[in-house]
Amino acid sequence: MGDLLVEMTDISKSFPGVHALDGARFELRAGEVHALVGENGAGKSTLMKVLSGIYRADAGTIRVKGAEVEINTPRAAQDMGISIIHQELNLMGHLTVAQNIFIGREPRRGVGFWLDEKALNRNAKALFEELHIHLDPRARVSGLAVAQQQMVEIAKALSFKSDVLIMDEPTAALTDTEIDELFRIIRHLREGGAGIVHISHRLEELKQISDRVTVMRDGRYIDTVNTAEVGIQEIISMMVGRTIFEEAPELPEVPNEEVVLEVRNLNRGRVIRDVSFQLHRGEILGVAGLVGAGRTEVMRAVFGADPHDSGEILVHGEPIAINTPADAVAHGIGYLSEDRKRYGLALKMDVEANVVMASLRKFTGSLGRIQFGRTHAKALEHVDGLAIKTPSVGQRTKNLSGGNQQKVVIAKWLTADTEILIFDEPTRGIDVGAKSEIYKLLNELASQGRAIIMISSELPEILRMSHRILVMCEGRITGELTAAEATQERVMTFATQREAVAAA
Amino acid sequence: MAVTTGATKSRLSSVASGDSVQRLLALGALVILLAFFSVISTPFRTTDNYISILVATAVNGVLAMGVTFVIITGGIDLSVGTTMTFCTVVMGLVVTQAGFPLWIGLPAALAAGALVGTVNGTLIAKAKIPPFIATLGMMSITRGLAQVLSDVKPIYFEGTPEFYELFMGKPLLGIPNAVFIMFGAAIIASLVLTKTTLGRYTFALGSNEEATRLSGVNVDRWKIAVYATCGLYAGLAGTLIGARMNSAQPSVGMGYELDAIAAAVIGGTSLSGGEGSIFGTIIGAFIISTLTIGLSITGVPDQWKLVITGLVVIGAVWLDILRRNRRA
Repeated sequence: MGDLLVEMTDISKSFPGVHALDGARFELRAGEVHALVGENGAGKSTLMKVLSGIYRADAGTIRVKGAEVEINTPRAAQDMGISIIHQELNLMGHLTVAQNIFIGREPRRGVGFWLDEKALNRNAKALFEELHIHLDPRARVSGLAVAQQQMVEIAKALSFKSDVLIMDEPTAALTDTEIDELFRIIRHLREGGAGIVHISHRLEELKQISDRVTVMRDGRYIDTVNTAEVGIQEIISMMVGRTIFEEAPELPEVPNEEVVLEVRNLNRGRVIRDVSFQLHRGEILGVAGLVGAGRTEVMRAVFGADPHDSGEILVHGEPIAINTPADAVAHGIGYLSEDRKRYGLALKMDVEANVVMASLRKFTGSLGRIQFGRTHAKALEHVDGLAIKTPSVGQRTKNLSGGNQQKVVIAKWLTADTEILIFDEPTRGIDVGAKSEIYKLLNELASQGRAIIMISSELPEILRMSHRILVMCEGRITGELTAAEATQERVMTFATQREAVAAA
Repeated sequence: MAVTTGATKSRLSSVASGDSVQRLLALGALVILLAFFSVISTPFRTTDNYISILVATAVNGVLAMGVTFVIITGGIDLSVGTTMTFCTVVMGLVVTQAGFPLWIGLPAALAAGALVGTVNGTLIAKAKIPPFIATLGMMSITRGLAQVLSDVKPIYFEGTPEFYELFMGKPLLGIPNAVFIMFGAAIIASLVLTKTTLGRYTFALGSNEEATRLSGVNVDRWKIAVYATCGLYAGLAGTLIGARMNSAQPSVGMGYELDAIAAAVIGGTSLSGGEGSIFGTIIGAFIISTLTIGLSITGVPDQWKLVITGLVVIGAVWLDILRRNRRA
């Protein structure tokens, strides 16, 4: 390994309500591939966005090749030889491959006013030849498959001839052969003396490609180790090593065997692959997995918010057709989005209006007149029953705290007599105290006989709440664990179980 | 990597889809419209009438070219109609009241337009005011200023007959110069849109503004440049309409922005940004003027012309949405 290229120390960054980075550290040497790992929300992407000029750190110092620098814009980072391949694709779909790669750096003719399209395509072609990528520079990006678009992003980042290349989950959308090709390119760059930061959730990749690994957790630096000297299990323990909950899990009694919802062989493209599961009366079924594992996609398909290619959905053993959310609601299925402000609540309307929103027909008299006496009584009933903290049922929901907003959404589905409740990240953005109230509420709902699916990216939450845990990876269910069997390490192992490994 | 097949497929699909289809559809619709009116109406199929369609298209066509730039970025400019009038008034004041020659008056009109556009762009890019609101406000401001500056009275270009001659004279084929000016402006706009950095960033902004910003492009500056370009074209339209009326009429201009936006949209420019062409916009402008003149020659009352034009715009956008959904 060569000289220090990048040295980040004591980096802190806050967003409203979240300490994304808290004294984080990172270093990168010339000629190394340095993996950056951690759970969802550990701060890996945020740290690299600070390095590439997309975010400004609140505190901390960055040194590039020994000199202390300020990196305030993406352009400044590029000028220092730092380029990044983003996790989410950042391409202009209406432009061609070559136009995307050289955006902002177009070759010009004449007095610099005219674009030199020929030179542009020639440069792109030369770049592809150098990298052994087979792409047509003139193809429109929107017409390419996701993997090809990913290659465009990679080629764009490499075209800067940077000393520092950051890859934020570059392999998420690639097939195995494409990944091999990418790794060949990475090794080639490493030999040329570049430093490469590799963020990946696929832990088995670490051994293949990385020289060192830095582990982050909760926005903090945990440790940096030589990849050759540690095992994957050790790295997983470093990633998850914490216990948030002091109190012991208090699960309601074992659910009964009655199957309320069954999904058989659900498929959609590469996103949902042959997903089957059962949900019992009185059960809380946890769904674990990393970001992009397809958990939300499966549940949205079950709820009819997204289409599916094939598969069966049965409620109480009866096959039913769910093509729209209205179909799902009619069969007693409710979906509580993780983004409740956008999809769960009418924020400018009051608690009462929100509570009866999904079942207004039950409160409507002749001539479509709403029976306000009854809606008021129903709202009061839930405010009491769920302990919703609000000055009155006439309060606008946007003025409530996150936990109480979540309770209003729950009240809405209870009013609609929903038997199957799908919670997507039920405690996201809710403070610690309110979280345990939500947990209590979920337990109560289950013991009343409702069936609950809970998607969560917080492992301790999944382990504490679930009777049973499904673990997903890349659109497939890779494991099922009972509450007794489940540990953070086991869930993590299933969650990172890619296809090749699963087949082996 | 093993991705060659996809690349060739995408090449095919980019030829067979996107704005090129809408452009061909628009061209086909124009041909059918012209043929239809020519068959059913004798006064329609006269050389004079065809020329009057060309002339009628000039002002809206030029306005619509500028608006096309803005719409491709995903924005909108509601102020172009009244800005056009404002520019005519500015030119009228410079030429008739201040007594400057035409070669100062014409650039003054263009500069006034570019200035209004720059203000629009700055409000949108820097102050982050939504384009709809910023330009709605500017529509009112330029309309008011045009009336204040002119004291709500028309300014006649009687002292400069060469102005009328320059635009409405017919030295070539009996067609007024204004028509050639429109086509010239179209060629320039088309070259700028497809061959220059301004055009490239116009598409990039509408396609994915955040990605463009992350690529290190100074997004604010280019956005301002796009609105300034739109204003410049409104200024040019101002000189055209001034010559046609041989006066600056401070009360006209309202409603022109809708025809301009309609022309762009009929011609395949996507209101969600990222797609559009000057060629399509010109076709769209011709469709509107052919329809207007055709309907009035065949005796359809003005009120019904408005209804029919509105239906055509809605129909064109709906067709576009249907086509997009099928692709998606």
